Amino acid sequence: MTRRMKITLGAIAAVALSTAAIASEVSPETVEFTDDGVAVSLTGVAGDPVAGAEAFKNRRLGNCLACHANADMAGELFHGNVGPELDGVADRWEEPMLRAIVVNSKHVFTDETVMPGFYSLDAGKDVAKDFVGKTILTAQQVEDVVAYLGTLKE
Amino acid sequence: MKRLLIAGVVLAATFAGAGPVLADPVDDTLEIDGTPIITRTAAPEGHPFDELYSGWLFRESETRDLSRDSFENPGMIAVEDGEALWNTVMGTEGKSCATCHEDAAVSMKGVGAKFPKWDADSQKPINVELQINKCLTEQMGAEALPFNKGGQQELTAYIKHQSLGLPVEMDLSQGDMQSWWEKGKDVYYTRTGQLNLACASCHETAMGKMIRADHLSQGQVNGFPTYRLKSGLTSLHQRFRGCIRDTRAEQPKAFSDDLMALETYVTWRGTGLSVETPSVRQ
Repeated sequence: MTRRMKITLGAIAAVALSTAAIASEVSPETVEFTDDGVAVSLTGVAGDPVAGAEAFKNRRLGNCLACHANADMAGELFHGNVGPELDGVADRWEEPMLRAIVVNSKHVFTDETVMPGFYSLDAGKDVAKDFVGKTILTAQQVEDVVAYLGTLKE
Repeated sequence: MKRLLIAGVVLAATFAGAGPVLADPVDDTLEIDGTPIITRTAAPEGHPFDELYSGWLFRESETRDLSRDSFENPGMIAVEDGEALWNTVMGTEGKSCATCHEDAAVSMKGVGAKFPKWDADSQKPINVELQINKCLTEQMGAEALPFNKGGQQELTAYIKHQSLGLPVEMDLSQGDMQSWWEKGKDVYYTRTGQLNLACASCHETAMGKMIRADHLSQGQVNGFPTYRLKSGLTSLHQRFRGCIRDTRAEQPKAFSDDLMALETYVTWRGTGLSVETPSVRQ
């Protein structure tokens, strides 16, 4: 086997692996909403609540604190109140509904809801070039945030 | 020390829970160098709010205090620069603004409160910035000023400042202003960008709420050009573009039809509030 062939085969294997990873991910267009919310994990990989907490407060990721107060993050300055407080949110909603609200709360509440859909391509007009066709969070980041929200019990 | 104390209170409140929850504009009144400023007034007919609030009522007390005294107001430097420009000859005709308009305190009093107006020549609304450009190109033999350059903001601030305290009062019966108002209303309620937010999402639906550290106002424009403590003198179309960028949308061009329509509509939304230029905001 020549060196070139090895590289090519290796590259094909890598592509095949990453395609497999993407194939197991639910795309934003095919997320299935039921009365209970979104029952199926978007990735099949369990969410990491620590990574979820980071995505929750990071202004470039979820920036959830911009609108939601969260006593679990009392060390962070400036919690917004455009949306409801999230203390004990896991007592109020089951995981599928939490996932549905993060993915696209307009499917859960109303079209008038201010909250953006974090895993939705149903965006506003004139999306900036850098964001066209992209979701605010990746599928795994949504799972991570949902896992973190699941820890917010009173 | 006052600042430290306030910071301490904020910290204490934050650690105690979710921080201070402000829901309403403050109960305070504004006088600038003895001129009473209307910061609350009844909304005009057909307005979504019953009462209009100047953005001044949503700012911290230290920021509010900077507006009260023109010596403390950092935006007044721009007004002084604008005054110098007013008296500067520009263009091939050897004219300054003052050549025709003389004392701005007399000739420009009330003018800023009535823009945007209908411009029969372009068959569009015209704002103070574009009116300055019209004078420059048609009367003075000068080039039009590019957006936010060449003293455009300063001259605009100087002209609007001559109407300090006078209520915003547009005439929508001129020309086709009403249809531009309608178009501006569409722009106001249209969600843009990846974050899928309209002007109304923050400044109507969530007015009075906190978005992180920012107390959401009604988005009134009676104080523009405004002095923002984080970015200095800021023109209205610069602010429009900044807000729209923050929704992760492409920014419309300054003075584009969409933004001229939006200026027409949001200026109307502040009918009856005093001109506050240059207001001080965060």
